[in-house]
Amino acid sequence: MPTPVHDGPSPMHQQIRRIVLRESKRANVGHIGSALSIADLLAALYGGILKIQTPRDPQRDRFILSKGHAALGLYAALHLRGWLTTEQLATYCGDGSLLGVHPEHGLFGVDFATGSLGQGLSMGAGAALAGRLQRSSRRVFVLLSDAECNEGSVWEAAMFAAHHKLSNLVGMIDVNAQQALGYTKDVLDLSHMADRWSAFGWDVHEIDGHDVAAITDAVGKLDTITGPPHMLIAKTTFGKGVSYMQGQIKWHYWPMSDEEYQLAVSEIEN
Amino acid sequence: MRDTFIRTLSELASTDPRILLLTADLGYTVLETFADSHPEQFFNVGVAEQNMVGLATGLAEAGFIPFVYSIATFASLRPYEFIRNGPVMHRFPVRIVGIGGGFEYGSAGPTHHALEDVGAWRMQPDLCLIAPADFEQAGSALRATWDLPSPIYYRLGKNEKAKVPGLNGEFELGHTQLVRDGHDLVIVALGGIAIEAVAAAELLSAEGIEAAVVVVASVNPAPVDDLAATLARFPIVITAEAHYLVGGVGSLVAEVIAERGISCRLERCGVRSGAHGVSGSERFLNNANGISSQALADTARRMLVSLPI
Repeated sequence: MPTPVHDGPSPMHQQIRRIVLRESKRANVGHIGSALSIADLLAALYGGILKIQTPRDPQRDRFILSKGHAALGLYAALHLRGWLTTEQLATYCGDGSLLGVHPEHGLFGVDFATGSLGQGLSMGAGAALAGRLQRSSRRVFVLLSDAECNEGSVWEAAMFAAHHKLSNLVGMIDVNAQQALGYTKDVLDLSHMADRWSAFGWDVHEIDGHDVAAITDAVGKLDTITGPPHMLIAKTTFGKGVSYMQGQIKWHYWPMSDEEYQLAVSEIEN
Repeated sequence: MRDTFIRTLSELASTDPRILLLTADLGYTVLETFADSHPEQFFNVGVAEQNMVGLATGLAEAGFIPFVYSIATFASLRPYEFIRNGPVMHRFPVRIVGIGGGFEYGSAGPTHHALEDVGAWRMQPDLCLIAPADFEQAGSALRATWDLPSPIYYRLGKNEKAKVPGLNGEFELGHTQLVRDGHDLVIVALGGIAIEAVAAAELLSAEGIEAAVVVVASVNPAPVDDLAATLARFPIVITAEAHYLVGGVGSLVAEVIAERGISCRLERCGVRSGAHGVSGSERFLNNANGISSQALADTARRMLVSLPI
């Protein structure tokens, strides 16, 4: 049986990792490495960056998890903000649950359903354009994976957002350098990621995707009123926090055994 | 149809700022009416249909009613998954405006022939599907549906002159329009091919054969009760559509006949084979595929001769 863990007074990124491990073990599903990869980005977003008093507020900042397969990390963040109950969280991947492997629009706090890579940035550009048309200061954040940039539609959205200078649009790319079947350098080379986005007219910043303070600070310095859209190229480690998952392709899909779960928990708790 | 549709949309946009029009760089000489009168509500997003639908999804979440415009194949098939996962899954009021259903872009070739769009969209239960039969009905269908909460696919033609006799621009969601009555057989027509169906009925009438003609413009919600009531009156039913044989109005009518246990013979007239690179005028292609007025009349005569007594 899994070791019980408790959501104690620890940093949000650690609590997110704890929940990701617990619920993925309980549900016996994978995508653990991807969720751990963005735990610190989510902690920065839901722990301070996103201006959301309640998901019902039309003027709230919007967030789109374009790499929808890391939804468990998002569920953890929504839970820690009080928008998802413990009981709901416990239905993850269960029969009749809204909490599938990919986020569903019907879930409180999820602005857009995702799961098919390459769709989030164009929805985000539309949401940003809507904010401008409605003369709102709200911002739109879209979290993409690096391999998601294989999709041509990402670059359609990139061109549109730059052309229309959607300064209220902030993209983040989780550059963990691997994808479902291999490392990005071997599948479709994504090197010079910052140069690619700069060439498309975006305001680009390279950051440490595991430094919550640095992420928050970088966003705080962005001009979201005028100028081009922004892209934060976040260097991350796939499976961050669990040594045997880090950089390992199999943890894109693999669920944990009891022994692996015990080891993972002990590593993130220490 | 498209001119009337856009002119009507311009009128609606003057009264409701939620209406936006996005085009993927198509609509020359058509969209200027809207673009000039509502520049703040108009966006040429470039040749990028997937992004256009994604943008519309983001806009709709914030309360807008975006219309996305392109040639039917490009508007519906290229971004199919974006529409499915966006407006359809989210139940957002995005409107997909596809121009040139069937062979209307005749000589432009098979990339421009929308022959599977209706079938592809009929499969999405939460998407409203409207295929007006003439320009007057295009205008009234838009006025009747523009602010529905569900996403909508409008399949529009380019003809601004031809009227379907007896239709008088009538449209009602979930219903058919009986534009001509008869007692020997009924032709059930999808959208713009209704003009050929009525012409076929006139040819037959000159020979003493009286064919009724029913227009299906509201494909989803499907006019099941109207169809069942009409079909039950006739021993012979012919469906006519500028569309592949599977998935369109022929399939819909076959479903109604089977599920309601209606006793009649059905012949589905539509495009039976895939594209082989052949192009030509709409008239040529309709005739070659058995959906011109002459071809429909021939089908009716053949069925009447073979009808068991």
